[in-house]
Formats: sequence, structure tokens, C-alpha cells
Amino acid sequence: MSEDSATLDAVLIDQSQGNFAYPEDYELDAGRGLGPETLNYISEVKGEDQWIRDFRHRALEIFERKPMPTHWASEDLNEIKFQDIRYYLAKGRRPTRSWDEVPDDVKRTFERLGIPERERGFLAGVEAQFDSEAAYSNIKEEFDKLGVIFVNSSEGLREHPEIFRKWFGKVIPSGDNKFAALNSAVFSGGSFIYVPPGVKVRHPLQAYFRINAEQFGQFERTLIIVDEGAEVMYMEGCTAPKFETATLHSAVVELVAMPHAKIQYITVQNWSSNVFNLVTKRGVAHEGAEIRWIDCNIGSRLTMKYPGVVMKGRKARGEVISIALANNGQHQDTGAKMIHAADETTSNIVSKSISIGEGRATYRGQVHIPKHLKGCKNNTECDALLINSHSRTDTYPAITVRGNRHATQHEASVSQVSEEQIFYMRQRGLTEGAAMSLSVNGFVNDLVREFPMEYSVELKRLIDLEMEGSVG
Amino acid sequence: MDCLEIKELTVAIHGQRILDGLSLVVPKGEVHAIMGPNGSGKSTLAKVLAGHEDYEVISGQVLMDGHDLLSMEVDERSRAGFFLAFQYPYEIPGVTNANFLREAVRARLGNGEEIDAVAFYKRLYGLMDELGIDRKFTGRSVNEGFSGGEKKRNEILQMAVLEPVYAVLDETDSGLDIDALRVVAEGVNRMRSPHRGFLLITHYQRLLNYIEPDFIHVLAGGKIVRTGGKELALELEETGYDWIKEGALATA
Repeated sequence: MSEDSATLDAVLIDQSQGNFAYPEDYELDAGRGLGPETLNYISEVKGEDQWIRDFRHRALEIFERKPMPTHWASEDLNEIKFQDIRYYLAKGRRPTRSWDEVPDDVKRTFERLGIPERERGFLAGVEAQFDSEAAYSNIKEEFDKLGVIFVNSSEGLREHPEIFRKWFGKVIPSGDNKFAALNSAVFSGGSFIYVPPGVKVRHPLQAYFRINAEQFGQFERTLIIVDEGAEVMYMEGCTAPKFETATLHSAVVELVAMPHAKIQYITVQNWSSNVFNLVTKRGVAHEGAEIRWIDCNIGSRLTMKYPGVVMKGRKARGEVISIALANNGQHQDTGAKMIHAADETTSNIVSKSISIGEGRATYRGQVHIPKHLKGCKNNTECDALLINSHSRTDTYPAITVRGNRHATQHEASVSQVSEEQIFYMRQRGLTEGAAMSLSVNGFVNDLVREFPMEYSVELKRLIDLEMEGSVG
Repeated sequence: MDCLEIKELTVAIHGQRILDGLSLVVPKGEVHAIMGPNGSGKSTLAKVLAGHEDYEVISGQVLMDGHDLLSMEVDERSRAGFFLAFQYPYEIPGVTNANFLREAVRARLGNGEEIDAVAFYKRLYGLMDELGIDRKFTGRSVNEGFSGGEKKRNEILQMAVLEPVYAVLDETDSGLDIDALRVVAEGVNRMRSPHRGFLLITHYQRLLNYIEPDFIHVLAGGKIVRTGGKELALELEETGYDWIKEGALATA
């Protein structure tokens, strides 16, 4: 048996075996494989309108037509077996397992990360739902007063079609790339958020808080619209490793910041190393608006993610701050896209990657400033840290600046945690693992400060754990 | 028992023998200095005691209060009370001095024990005041962008915080102006105690004007060739190290 199928077997749930079996009920499961009938099934269960059904089918055609982007991306993409994947599991009907069947190292990690007891079961896939209704209801009341909409995407589609339809699929058309097309065909779950003009949402919105477990699905679709002068911060993911039963995760996130609006989108994800994580994230910033992506990716077999901002209005600002950590057997292929489409727009990219062991980190950046514009600025910094000689890092910056009325700046560095540095720290009493994680934390320190407090604490612990495993 | 005892230590790096049956005893409460020409093996001795893996111990033994030092991991030695002030301290980008010291102190705590942050900072600031180190220093990355003098002062600060039982100072005086040298020397003198032994490694006699050693050893050709009192330093200052080479030739 190949190593891949062994990993797959270890994490996939065998539906035929007693404990895991759940009914092959038409209302709950689309079965394996992808075709028009899969889409019909999803639309049927969700009771979708004709336009969205058409949207799905067009996207499927695009997906089937588009080749794998292996001419520039990893050949590993060819290993995804699309016909073996389950594209839809109704809410609350994820396959379940018992706590005893969760691998020990996952349990240990939960403990070390200090994940509250009640959340562990959910994260480990033991419980289908995370009961956060109580925590959410207070916030919901406040939102209703302000006119803020925060629901899952299916509900958004159903209850707020007038806003949803106007923006859906506009920032990231189905044809943007093969995986955006796949998501457009089979999406379910994800968030829909609308913030009315002038409303500054005080609490960060967390995907966590939402009642429905569906958000943790494989093909989530998030759409956030922040109206004039309004502000919101959205957080997704958590530092606990998600013990995935699904090996393909392909999300699409679209953001729209109307004039002078501000959106901060924060992601911290820690995938198990069997997961393909292929995500398209982009925002449009109108005049004077600001979009910031703060993105931390740990784990996965292959992550491909290049959050982007299209600066469509004068003085719009875009920012991507990212941390990627690739351990043995993992490939983080991440970066940023900044499309300047108006005068005096400003973009900033700060990317830090850490490669451990055989881990591989790739940075791809695209900055586009056309000739007819003036007064645009871009700053790009990408730093890579290598933990040992086997690790690999590549940088592919593509900065297209036409015209001479712009300012761009690009800096890149590759550094190593040297043995001498570790020796020095160990001489002060730190274990090798502690010395390593302190060095790595030092490397990302200035970026970690950008994360909300509780995330930065968890991030530090997470790095400690990763480093612990990486030394003899 | 209460001493750092080096017995017949022979050490090589990349197949080349650097220390050749070196023996030396530093009892608690004493300050010993090792002097010697460049390339005599002074820094090798420091690195071997700390456990640097580039050096191969061919034979011999080092006992710290009766415990086999050479069988311990680098960090175990530190936690057991061995400290090395580096000749060239390393930079740790992004890690603040305060954070580094806190981690080092934390590494010495037992399971379930937590650092008392208030007490830690109070003590740290006190020691920094004594060493004439600005408090802003706690927020700067370890040794990053430090002048030579600042780096050495930082080594002394770390030593003061960690309170080792045996401290080896490897050419701590090199690259220091006279003011910085005085500060460093005062830091060491303040830590002299019946419960602590020092081994100063130096090329010049100058440091010994400020830290008065109990014994001076001359290292040449990988072993101690002469031992004396503090007056030996003055003699070396006058005669230089040429006599060693002649002596070594004569016995060869």
C-alpha cells in the first residue's frame, strides 16, 4: 500500500464499519464523487433558487474545463482524487467517532494548547456541533439593533437575496481558477456578513460563534460586505489542529469594502498533514477603504493561498500580513496579490515563512500598478527562516509597475537558525526545543503582535509544540 | 568535592589535538585566571566545558562538585550551575533581553512552578542598575545591534541573573574600553562568594588589575605549563609569552 493511501486510510472514516456507519440517507449525504447530480442534490437539500443552481452548474463546467495549474504549482495537486470525495454532508451529520478513536497525539496537543474541554470533542470530530448558542445570543441581539447581518451563507442566500446576489461571485468569479470554480459548484457553509453604513462593530466576529457546524465544511463560501464608513474584524479558524476527515479543503472568501470602510480578516489555521488546503481570498476596496488580511497557516500537505486586494477607489489601502510554517512533509505555497486600480492607492505585504525539516515554503507575490495611474505605493517584505539544511524555500515576486509616478520597495531575506545561536541559548539553560521555539517566535514576533491577544498567545504555544517535535 | 576539577583533559577539533592532558582545579570561593598566547587552547577549554559539539573529548574527565560534567547535555550543565560568558555572544533577532532571561530562569523552575513576574523584573532592574545598563535594554533584541561593550555587559548581566556556581569568562575583556572594563570587573567582583568559583580566560594582564585572581595558570601547547599567584601576571606582562615557546622547544 502506498504511503498516501495509508495516510488516507488512517484519517478517512470507513463508512462500512459498524461504529462509524451512518445512514446513507438522501437528505443527509450527497455520496462520493462529483457530477451535475451532486450539485442538484445540494441545491435540493438547501432549497435553492434557480439562479444559484445555474451558477453551480456553470461553475462545474468551468472546473472540468480548466486544467490543473501544475505548470506553475505543485505536481502534488494531481494526487487529489476528486471522485473519492464527499462533497456535501448536511449540517450536524458529519461522520462521528468516539473520543477513544482520536489519536493520542491529537489529544495531547489539545491539552498542551489549553483547548477548553467542551471544545475538544468538536475539534476532534467527535461531536458534530459546538454548542455556542448562549455565547452567540447576546451578540446577536446587539447585531439586530445595529442592522448587522451575520449568518451562514445558505441563510444569507435565503434571507437576504437582495444583498447577497448583488455581490456574490463578483470579487472572485467562478472562472478565476480551478479551485474557485470547484467551490462555486459545491459550496456550502461559510459566513455571510453585512455591516450597514457607519456601523463600527466592536466585537471581532468569529466563525467560531456561529451555531452551525457546517461552517467547518470543506467548501465554505464567505461573503462580507461592509458599507460606507463601517468597520468590522472577522476571525476564522483556531490554533488547535483540526482533525480532518476530509482531505480537500477549498474555500472562497470575498470581501467588499465600500468607500472609507475597513475590514480586517484574520485567519489562523493548523491543518493535519493530509489536507490539501486550496483557498481563494480576495477583497475589493473602494475609495479610501482599507482591507487587511492577516493570515497564519500551519500544517497541511499543501496549502495554496494568496489573499488579494483590488484597490478600486482613490486612496484605497490593501495589506497582507502572513505567517506560514511548513514542517516535514508539508508545503506552504502562499503569498499575496495587490492590484492597484486607482490613483494614490497603497499596498503593504509582509510575509514570513518558516521551513522545518523537509518542510517547504514558497512565496508568490503579485503587485500590479498600471501606467495610467499616479501616486501608488507598494511595500513588500518577505523573510524566510530555515530550520535545517533539508528545508527549502522559494520566492517568486512579480512586481509589475508601469509609469514613473509610483513608489515601490521590495526586500527579501533568508536566514537560518544557526547551531551557534542554539548553543548559546542552551548554555543559558534552555532545552534545544525551547531554544528553537524562542528563535522562531523571535522571527515572527513583530507579526504576531498584529494578531488579537488570545490568538498570539495560542500561536506562541503552537510554535513551541511544532518546534518540540522537530528536534531529536 | 566543592570544586570544578579538570583531569587530564585531551581534546581535538577536526582531528587536530588542541588540549593535551590539561589538569586544573577551581575550588568554590576562588578566582583562577588562565593566560596564554593565541592558539594555546584557551577558548577550546571554555567551549568544551560548555559542551560544544564540534570538540571531541579524547580522554580525561571534568567533575563539577563531583558530577561528571562531560556526560551532561549543554543545557543540563547550565541548569546545574555552569556558566560561560562568551567571547563573541550571539544575536537572537526578535527575542528581547527580558524574554530571553525569563525563559532562562523559567528553565530552572520545577514542574508546575511559575515565574513571579513582578519579583523577576524588580530583581532584573536592580542588577541592571548595578551594571549601569539602561532599562530600555530589556526591550531590545538579545545582542542585536549591540556594541562590543554592550554585549559583554549583557553577558555579565545574564550571569548575575542566573547565579551560577562556576563561571568561565572567555576573553570578556577583549574589545572593551577602560570604562566598560571597570563595569564588567565590578560586576564580577560583586558576585565573588565562598559559594562560587570563577575561571577567567584572558590574553592580557589588564583585566587582572580589576579582578584580582587567587591563582594564575599559563596555558601553552594544550596544557598548564606554569601556575602562580597574581604576581605572575605582571611577570608575563613584562616578558611576554616568548619564553614559553623557547621552553617548549627546549623540552621538545
